[in-house]
Amino acid sequence: MKFTKEQCLNFYRVMAQIRAFEEMVSKKFAEGAMPGFVHVSLGQEAVAAGACGPLRKDDYIITNHRGHGHCIAKGVDMKPMMAELYGKKTGLCKGKSGSMHLSDMEHGMLGANAIVGAGIPIGTGAAYSIKLRKTDQVVVIFHGEGSTGNGVFHESMNMAALWKLPAIYCCENNLYAEMTHASLHMPFENVAERAKGYNIPGVIVDGNDPEAVYQAVDEAVKKARKGQGPTFIECKTYRWHGHYEGDPAKYRIPGELEEWMKKEPLKVYGDKLKKLGYINEAGMERISQEVQAIVDDAVKFAEESSSPGPEVIFEDLYA
Amino acid sequence: MKQLNNARAINEAIKEEMQRDERVCVLGEDVGYSGGPFTLTRGLIEEFGEWRLRDTPISEASMVGIAVGAAMTGLRPIVDIMFMDFFGLIMDQVFNQAGKTRWMFAGKVNLPIVITTLTGAGLNAGPQHSSSLEAWCCHIPGIKVVMPTTPYETKGLLKASIRDDNPVIFCIHKGMLRLKADIPEEEYVIPLGKAVVRKEGKDVTVVAVQQMSLKALSVAQKLEGEGISVEVIDPLTLSPLDLATIVESVKKTGRLVIVHEAVKKFGVGAEIAMSVMEEAFDYLDAPVVRVAAPFTHVPFTPTLEKAFVPQEEDILKAIKGVCA
Repeated sequence: MKFTKEQCLNFYRVMAQIRAFEEMVSKKFAEGAMPGFVHVSLGQEAVAAGACGPLRKDDYIITNHRGHGHCIAKGVDMKPMMAELYGKKTGLCKGKSGSMHLSDMEHGMLGANAIVGAGIPIGTGAAYSIKLRKTDQVVVIFHGEGSTGNGVFHESMNMAALWKLPAIYCCENNLYAEMTHASLHMPFENVAERAKGYNIPGVIVDGNDPEAVYQAVDEAVKKARKGQGPTFIECKTYRWHGHYEGDPAKYRIPGELEEWMKKEPLKVYGDKLKKLGYINEAGMERISQEVQAIVDDAVKFAEESSSPGPEVIFEDLYA
Repeated sequence: MKQLNNARAINEAIKEEMQRDERVCVLGEDVGYSGGPFTLTRGLIEEFGEWRLRDTPISEASMVGIAVGAAMTGLRPIVDIMFMDFFGLIMDQVFNQAGKTRWMFAGKVNLPIVITTLTGAGLNAGPQHSSSLEAWCCHIPGIKVVMPTTPYETKGLLKASIRDDNPVIFCIHKGMLRLKADIPEEEYVIPLGKAVVRKEGKDVTVVAVQQMSLKALSVAQKLEGEGISVEVIDPLTLSPLDLATIVESVKKTGRLVIVHEAVKKFGVGAEIAMSVMEEAFDYLDAPVVRVAAPFTHVPFTPTLEKAFVPQEEDILKAIKGVCA
């Protein structure tokens, strides 16, 4: 697949945007500015940037507890996102829900989910809905390899295959299910093996390469729009930080992080674009400043927003 | 008027709502081509096709998840969970997803989902097909719980549940599926959250759920001859509970007996009793009494099952006790 200069620069920009957002989140969390639990996807940016590339605004995504990148790549406004992480009234969920429950129906973001695996049947339900409503939308279900140990993953894959649903199971294999290495929770190295059991094509791609992810998702999207059913895409990637911010991650295999840092997605892709002559140092610096300015604005917005009053705990419970 | 049993009332309600609104669909084990083990969806696949009458694999947890996703994206799914005992398989999707999503997402989505399920003993279905677990669901904010009794109520309440924009757990007592009664020919809907007074009385209030309300009514009629005037209330919806009707009645009678088939401990009866004490303690002339199943599992063999389920004599004894 040949990508235009514009597409390439867009991949780079989206990855840079996610990086800037999450580095800021990590910093602010460490400073104590954010309450609760936060999980960042630093190192996995290429999956979000690549997978959301082929999607329209009216397509759906659904994600898990590590979903900031997916939201940003789908076009969710970072100001209310950041405000939600700060627990402010102006947040996506009025500060009631935090990092693990970001949602934005306007951009087809059906929600992050703090129950690992629970979003998989919900995303599959959106695909059933598309089929019944006879539109040509698709759903990308972001999930980690760890969630494939959960029964609802298998139930959902079975039904998606059976009914040829327009669902794309985009699995980020970052080698850790929370704090347990994949070798301790899966009987094989490639999680895509699981797709065979459901007669679903299981594709394996370099999850640190946005073009590879885009290409696989794009093919899956085209098939899904034509009613040809689901695809499972395993994106091989790596999570630089621990399971949660503050996790010392002492369970890592020695040397593993260092090896994966050599495949740093933003840097590797930036170098590739430089070689292609699509960008130079000055251009990269400009993008870096632009995405940082958006994040700084989001932080300012969040910090200046007020906290929700106690009345919100009863709001929105029933329609 | 026409005569329908509860099973046909359910079938008619679903059919009419599917005709009225093309967003309504049904998912579940055996709901399509077989029409369901209790014929609740019989004949519907012929009219609405296999996408709107979706036979599913035996995958309860994901069926409810699929309903959550479908509801978030414009459908109004009904999910059939054949027996309430299977709620053990679906509770994450009920509690963490259906119950919380609207609140968590600050009202950006509605979840118009109905989960139909069969509760209760009476068919010797044994410990894993006879439980009444409505109290589990009543404990979840964001969920409504409906317990209809007569075919008239079943039909009207199910139509209201399907039109409701919230997740509704619709519990049908399996022992009452063949109970027949008159139903109007013309369309009607019964609003959720409103109790029915089955019989007015002045000496004691009996709040009784589902078939217990019919047993209480029978007891009340017998007691008329003995000079005890019993008011029988069937809540119909447990969450939100029509506490006002119950409290108003207790203020009049000064006595309260609560009857349900689910086990007594930590049950709906405890909630009703305590709520009445909070609202109307000064009006009570006697301690509130509960008649409910013992704290054990529903036995299979007919004699034991009968012993488990509260009977008319238990209700009679409780009423006489508070009126003594």
